[in-house]
Amino acid sequence: MAGLIGRKIGMTRLFDDEGKEVPVTVVQAGPCPVVHIKRPEMESYRAIQLGFGRKKARRSSRAELGHASGAGLDYAPRVLREFKVGGEEEFELGQELTVSLFEPGDRVKVVGTSKGRGFQGVVKRHGFAGRPASHGHPMSRTPGSMGPGTDPSRVIKGKKLPGQMGNARTTVRNLRILKVDPERNLLFVKGGLPGARHSYLFISKT
Amino acid sequence: MSDLLRELEKEQLKDDLPEFGPGDTIRVLYLVREGEKERIQAFEGVCLARRGGGMGETFTVRKVSSGVGVERVFPLHSPFISGIEVVRRGRVRRAKLHYLRGLRGKSARIQEKRPS
Repeated sequence: MAGLIGRKIGMTRLFDDEGKEVPVTVVQAGPCPVVHIKRPEMESYRAIQLGFGRKKARRSSRAELGHASGAGLDYAPRVLREFKVGGEEEFELGQELTVSLFEPGDRVKVVGTSKGRGFQGVVKRHGFAGRPASHGHPMSRTPGSMGPGTDPSRVIKGKKLPGQMGNARTTVRNLRILKVDPERNLLFVKGGLPGARHSYLFISKT
Repeated sequence: MSDLLRELEKEQLKDDLPEFGPGDTIRVLYLVREGEKERIQAFEGVCLARRGGGMGETFTVRKVSSGVGVERVFPLHSPFISGIEVVRRGRVRRAKLHYLRGLRGKSARIQEKRPS
C-alpha cells in the first residue's frame, strides 16, 4: 500500500460528535511525486520511491538532480523514500500523491525518529524504580544486580542497561485519521506521533 | 506553537463568546443529548477560574444546589456549549476563586462590579 512523506506540525485538539475533546497531531503530508518505480524485472521487487520537499539548487548534487529529472522534476526532493506497493495499482513517474490517498477513519502506520534524549540511566530509560527518596535511603538510581553469579558467569544478552535513549526509528501502528485537509495538504491523526515538530514522518495505510 | 497550528486552531475557536472572567455569575447553555433528542440545559453559577489557552481553554462554574456545592468544568470552545450569558459582573481581586469552596452563606458573596 502506498504511503506519504510528511512533516510533523504539532499537536492540538478537536471535538468529536459527542463533544469530547480528542488529541490530534497535525501532519503536513505530500504532495509526493513518484521519483522512481522499482519493478520485479529490474530490481527484483516492487516499490515506488516518493519524494518530499524541495532542496535548494545550490545544495543539490548533479546526481540528485539527474535522478529527479527522470520523473520530470527540475529540483531534487529533500527526502526520498521507498514504499512497497502491490502489483494491482499502477503508478507513473512524476505522478503526485497527495493526502487524498487517505480518508477520515482510515487506520495508518506512522514511522518517524523519536526525540533524542542522550545517554540515559536505567530509571529514565527502562522505568526501573531506583530506591525510595526518603525513609533513610541513600540516593540511588543504579541498575543493581547484573544477574546470577558463577553460573553462568556472564551477563545475559538483552540486559537493560544505561545507554542512548531516543533518536531512534519509531513506528506507531493502528492510528486513526480524523480529518483530511486537501487544500493545505494536512492530515489530522489521533494521538501522538514520534519526533519533534518539523521532523519527517512516513505514513502508510495498514 | 507554529503559525500554521495557531491558524488551524483559530478556525475552530468560537468568536461569539461574551467577555467573562472569575467572579462573574454566568449561565451556561449546554447541549444535552438524551438518546435521539437534544435539549439545552442551563447551568448558572459563579465562574471560579479560567485556565489554558487556545482550543484547550476551560472554565469552572460553581453553584450551590440544595445545600450542596456543585462545580462543573466546561471546555470553552466545545460545540456543545450553545451559549454563555453573563448574569452579573463580580468584583474580585484574584484569578482563581478556589477559596469560595470553603465559604458558605454571607461570606461567599461577591460584590458587584461598578461600571467604571
